Amino acid sequence: MYGKGLRALSISTVVAITVALGLVFFYAPLEAEQGFLQKIFYVHVPLAIIALCGFVLGGLLAIQHLRTRDPRWDMRSYVVIHMSLIFAVATLITGSIWAKGSWGHWWVWSEPTLVSFLIVFLLYATYQPLRFAIEDPERQARYASVFAITAGAFVPMNFIAVRLSTAYLHPRVLGSTSNLPAPMAFTFLVSLLAFALLFATLCKYELTAKHTRAQVRALRRRLAGDAFEGPRRQRSAAPALGHHATIATARASSRTGV
Amino acid sequence: MSATVRALLRKELLLELRTLESVPGMSLFAVTTFVVFHFALNRNSVEGDLAAGILWVTLLFAAILGVNRLFVADADQGGFDGFLIAPVDRSAMFFAKALTLLAYLVVLELVAVPAFALLLLGPPLGPALPGLIVTLALGDLGVAVIGTLVAALAVRTRARDLLGPLLALPLLVPIVIGGARASSPALVLSHPAAPAGRWLLTLGLYDLVFGLIAFALFDFLLED
Repeated sequence: MYGKGLRALSISTVVAITVALGLVFFYAPLEAEQGFLQKIFYVHVPLAIIALCGFVLGGLLAIQHLRTRDPRWDMRSYVVIHMSLIFAVATLITGSIWAKGSWGHWWVWSEPTLVSFLIVFLLYATYQPLRFAIEDPERQARYASVFAITAGAFVPMNFIAVRLSTAYLHPRVLGSTSNLPAPMAFTFLVSLLAFALLFATLCKYELTAKHTRAQVRALRRRLAGDAFEGPRRQRSAAPALGHHATIATARASSRTGV
Repeated sequence: MSATVRALLRKELLLELRTLESVPGMSLFAVTTFVVFHFALNRNSVEGDLAAGILWVTLLFAAILGVNRLFVADADQGGFDGFLIAPVDRSAMFFAKALTLLAYLVVLELVAVPAFALLLLGPPLGPALPGLIVTLALGDLGVAVIGTLVAALAVRTRARDLLGPLLALPLLVPIVIGGARASSPALVLSHPAAPAGRWLLTLGLYDLVFGLIAFALFDFLLED
């Protein structure tokens, strides 16, 4: 059930990325001031937007996990945050290249979006160390969800605070997209869609892989005949889906009173 | 609820008074850090942005020492178990711990701010004091709330001494922004001014939002 639609999604992602890159290189006009360098905008900004939306989405999925106590929500939250982290690294790298090209420095403190993004990235970089420093799978999922919700709420708060700290000193370098010429705006939107599809596909692949691994582990355990009292082997980083029974009992025994 | 909070707070403060594990260490750390700043920056006195920055960084790092120790006794010596057995509201622990941390921070600042004025600050402390007190109070509230949540998150992990500061620092960056920007006009040599309302408002809103978040999520950290 996890692998369902994976092929269609993959194919549409490949098509969308190809179309988007084609538009970026052959359709979108060269920008007057920055020239060819400005093309990185069609990669950098979608990556940034999707990474931030992914972080917030991870928080929403974590809320769902704390409400339902279904470990699958936690796994989705983990995968979304994991992918967003990778997108965030790509955003920081492309942003640095762009900053070096257009302002001459690899890092520019006067650009609040860049600075806030770094702070958000530094916070989320602690998500996995926190998660894997907790052994018990149920508690790991719960603590990770608490972190994901806090950090998800931190994303917009942090952007407001950093924006306030620089807005009065420096003019905004990057305006909103509403003042873009039509071909550029169209290319940007297609590119955004393509990267959103890429994000969804990668998340689905990771979810499917984790699910399959858990299934294989459960089958192997059943084959070995110690389905009910085998030692807990949790080598993978992700929440262990193989332990449905354990988690169900934990869910029943927790939540006694708040 | 308020009776539980009072009882827990009394226990925490009594424990700190008898063991003196956190607050003296935090204060000493702050004073030593001022000395380190003197040598690192090679300056005898600082003012304005630099003064505000040094003060806030020092207070923040000293606060993190307290945050790291906040739940250690509960995790290691069965305090959590005892609390969970008791038929009381679990949020009480959040309020008690946040108030404890707030009390630590106030005592820390009673030592660190005069020491800062004595050792490093160029302009006189007196005129800056009212603005500084308001800013520090708002900052402390945020640090107490976020510190309590982060301490509870980190304390039962394998690498708690490492994870606590790593989690806390990015979450506290907006408080440093608000606090340092608000207090720097009060600490300049010529024409000191009151903190701008914009920064106090930012600090207050941040405190409020994270207070609500921490209050809502704290229960989930106490379930086993």
